[in-house]
Amino acid sequence: MTRPIARPRLGRIAVHGALLFYTLVAIGPILLILVNAFKSRRAIFNEPLALPTAKTFSLIGFDKVLAKSDFGLYFLNSLTVTIGSVALVLAAGSMAAWALTEYRFRGNALLGLYMAIGVMVPIRLGSVSILQLMVDLNLVNTLTALILVYTAQGLPLAIILLAEFIQQIPRDLRDAARCDGIGEYHIFWSVILPLLRPAVATVAVFTIVPIWNDLWFPLILAPGNGKQTITLGVQQFIGQYVIDWNAVIASLSLAIAPILVLYILFSRQLVRGLTAGAVK
Amino acid sequence: MGGDVSLAEQTASERRRPWSHILVFLAPAALIYTVFSIYPLLDTIRYALYTQDEHGIAHFAGLANFIDLFSLPVWADQFRNALLNNLIFFVIHVTVQNIIGIALAAMLSLPKLFGRNIYRTLIFLPTMLSVVIIGFVWQLILSPLWGVSEGFLRAIGLPQLFAPWLGQESTALVTISLISVWQFVGIPMMLIYAALLNIPEDLVDAATVDGANHLHVFFYVKLPLILPTIGLVAILTFVGNFNAFDLIYAVKGTLAGPNFASDIMGTFFYRTFFGYQLQLGNPTMGAAVATMMFLIILVGVMIYLFGVQRRMQRYAL
Repeated sequence: MTRPIARPRLGRIAVHGALLFYTLVAIGPILLILVNAFKSRRAIFNEPLALPTAKTFSLIGFDKVLAKSDFGLYFLNSLTVTIGSVALVLAAGSMAAWALTEYRFRGNALLGLYMAIGVMVPIRLGSVSILQLMVDLNLVNTLTALILVYTAQGLPLAIILLAEFIQQIPRDLRDAARCDGIGEYHIFWSVILPLLRPAVATVAVFTIVPIWNDLWFPLILAPGNGKQTITLGVQQFIGQYVIDWNAVIASLSLAIAPILVLYILFSRQLVRGLTAGAVK
Repeated sequence: MGGDVSLAEQTASERRRPWSHILVFLAPAALIYTVFSIYPLLDTIRYALYTQDEHGIAHFAGLANFIDLFSLPVWADQFRNALLNNLIFFVIHVTVQNIIGIALAAMLSLPKLFGRNIYRTLIFLPTMLSVVIIGFVWQLILSPLWGVSEGFLRAIGLPQLFAPWLGQESTALVTISLISVWQFVGIPMMLIYAALLNIPEDLVDAATVDGANHLHVFFYVKLPLILPTIGLVAILTFVGNFNAFDLIYAVKGTLAGPNFASDIMGTFFYRTFFGYQLQLGNPTMGAAVATMMFLIILVGVMIYLFGVQRRMQRYAL
């Protein structure tokens, strides 16, 4: 009876071997950049795989980046755009999701379908007109332009995710409130919204990541005047200082760090959203 | 949301007009979405039917832009090249991503696997990062100047394999596709993993009782049941691939070199719209290219909705 026990063990070791190998493939390149951000130029080239030692440790890359570019400003721009868009997506999205799931009215299904188009059709394809629209509204090179576009981009998925969540809220809760003569706005504000909190985290993560990482709209709508987001800022910086390896690697690390922190904090919500929402 | 006073007012008026609160709830989302998403899409399609004269004034021109795009060598050659490259880009994604994704998901879904969450979290990590950042990271790693990948190949005894993959016409597109696969493999892995966990134990047990081994169970019981998920991954990838832009722009710039070898629809659209080097931008032709991208994506989604998904429902539980 030793074989049936021994064989799965061997299989398990092979599985861990394969998973460890792929995990290294996945995070190795990112670790490589982060490690080399803290090394002198000579060490980056001579021993790229080595950890920084007392002798090779250097922050010269970061010094250069912070001196030669407005990284702090770009970071703030990204933060403003992301927070502004996510707030709008959550506010408008939860209201719309509530209306679409709670009230039976003519055109309800059609409107739901209309809002869902945006999940499949990328908003980028309308860029020619979006740029024209922003020129007409005098919004080129403003963060407002980005916030408006990203809100429109994030709404469809947010509404679908939130509507699914709202459907799971027991009917009794709202009906009880209605019996007490509480108005619809009040029900939404003080009964439904507090219950939406767990869904909000998932929706927020799904909305934040594509906005923070986007290059296309910053490039088209706000490429200058100090309105660059961090992704565009890094792209422009690297385009300018290609040959300065310390600076390039440091700027990449600075761009990676905030998402890394966010991911560590919210990976559970993200995984839950991905695995729960998509199965159906 | 207004203050308490306006809330009370709204509640009062709501009793008189039942439609008003539905309108209030829907208006912000519907307005922003219509003005900044649907209207630009439709307006782009309309704009594709115009041409601009030298004064920048647009005139209605019917299908002239599309006829030029398909027949005038200046446009048609680039269009065909970008479309073909985009197809290759997609095929590499769908095959490599799904194979690796299924393999990883199958391993992760093994019962009582030690460290499952850590593996899953770390393997998904690259997916979270900006495509632009990933592009630059790999550009550095694959650079002959730094020599990291060359050194790595030497260490495993295959130094002759090294080449400036991103710089060669024959390998640039495949290399970029694989970088993108490396970044996004977490999505198929996660979705397939969830689908595998949703397969009822009974089915697996029944097959095992009937004498099926692990591999049989996987290929004859589990794989057919996760086909809908693979279909979903395929269409998500299709839509993503046919408006991809950031990675190629970051790694190869507007010209998607060498010699347009890595040019796809997104970069072609950008060049047409904004121009490059001495070539002036052409917004109406840009709109025509965007319309073609829209049609391609629409066809893909239709095939998925009416062909793939409907057929797969039969397998679904």
